Amino acid sequence: MDLPFLLYTLLKIVVVVFALLTAVAYTVWFERKVVAHMQSRWGPTRVGPYGLLQPLADVIKLITKEDITPSGVFRLVYLAAPCLAVITALLVFAVIPFGPRTEMGGIDIFQITDLDIGLLFILSVSSMGVYGIALAGWSSNSKYSLLGGLRSSAQMISYELAMGLSIVGVVLLTGSLSLRQVVDNQSGSWWGIIPHWNVIPQFIGFFCYFVSAIAETNRLPFDLPEAETELVAGYHTEYSSMRFAMFFLAEYTNMTAVSCVATVLYFGGWSGPVFGPEALQTVLPLLWFFLKVLAFLFVYVWIRGTLPRFRYDQLMAFGWKFLLPLALANMVLTSFVQAVRYGG
Amino acid sequence: MSNGYFENYIPILLLAGVVTLLAVGMLLLSYLLGPRRPSKEKLAAYECGVMPTGDARQRFSVKFYLVAMVFILFDVEVIFLYPWAVIFHELRMLGFIQMILFIGLVLPGFVYLWRQGIFDWSETDTSEWPDTPPVTLPGVSLVVPNVVQEATPFSGGSQ
Repeated sequence: MDLPFLLYTLLKIVVVVFALLTAVAYTVWFERKVVAHMQSRWGPTRVGPYGLLQPLADVIKLITKEDITPSGVFRLVYLAAPCLAVITALLVFAVIPFGPRTEMGGIDIFQITDLDIGLLFILSVSSMGVYGIALAGWSSNSKYSLLGGLRSSAQMISYELAMGLSIVGVVLLTGSLSLRQVVDNQSGSWWGIIPHWNVIPQFIGFFCYFVSAIAETNRLPFDLPEAETELVAGYHTEYSSMRFAMFFLAEYTNMTAVSCVATVLYFGGWSGPVFGPEALQTVLPLLWFFLKVLAFLFVYVWIRGTLPRFRYDQLMAFGWKFLLPLALANMVLTSFVQAVRYGG
Repeated sequence: MSNGYFENYIPILLLAGVVTLLAVGMLLLSYLLGPRRPSKEKLAAYECGVMPTGDARQRFSVKFYLVAMVFILFDVEVIFLYPWAVIFHELRMLGFIQMILFIGLVLPGFVYLWRQGIFDWSETDTSEWPDTPPVTLPGVSLVVPNVVQEATPFSGGSQ
């Protein structure tokens, strides 16, 4: 370990975090725009062309608002909770590979770090996200927050099981927990047309993963923690100004993270047709990765614009009685097929 | 560039530092830029505009604890599967049989919990209610609809 290594890594991290925050801000714009068009509205149009400067205006507004700390809160935890939510959401991106290994100055520029246990890291960090929400709900000392926080923790831990089990299928196919190897394992194609993506042998696993990922990120139709018709705003009822925005930021960062992980695990990551001069060949994988993630984000918004919210008992029954057995069956089936393929 | 084992983890440490600074910075910035005009009503816990009754340090449904306990049991099981899946190409059919045995041990517990109704969150299951017999009055015939007699909240609250 030496100084240039640290500096380059720091630079890479700052660039990734900055790009990520911008991307997340524009995910909000994208969602508002797409949902608006699904509902025959225009969405944001006033700030900048097509409302493109709306995220900036929102940030300025939120940051100059009064941050109210209600009198009954447990102050330290109340302040730590939004930080925890943002930190865990952004930390997931440490191991996500955005493109093939491309070295510049001895450092891989398209991935912050390639851990052998990348998948475990993602699972552990994303399951720590529940702390932010549960602590926010409890420390606010408001009934709506408490109920929202409780519901959310129960929901997130319930769907985490199905999520963990569905990913085992991918690990069985790959034999590694490194995300880069998961992607490399998906290169090539069957009969020259169908890409060698994990989603084809693992379509049940992908279904389980994506459904439980939507539940993990508390998005519609699983947004019961903040069901505004019954719980006002759920766990962040007592939060205002930038503290509220931090939960918002964490939610959209989690959406992006889940889309990235789904792309890496099931849709071949950055793989796609690469052609043209060398500079283009470096950029094209990034473009494919970006487009796949964008497609997932669109599906998120599409589902939000289409489906009504679950009832809480339906949500729990769906997670435990349907998704978990399905993910388990998928894993058993995958391991059996793999065992037969390896032979004896 | 040496490729030590722990060197892979240093970027994570750096990233954790950067995002922590970012989060604290956001808190600090809104603290510095926002106005501060507190009043007794503004600082009260939100309860739809009425004066708050009591605080939120109350008991809540035991079902949340049950779900958390069941989660811990099964999450350990899921994590057991990860190292198994990584070396599955060496274990092959033997590994498959071992895993079937393992799941065979855990699955009865899951079925037991299911039958105990841990995953049923609606306390009023109207499908098992007996049909209300039609009330007959002399000269009048009317059918009483199957109304909910006593609404019970299925989560939280202190009732």
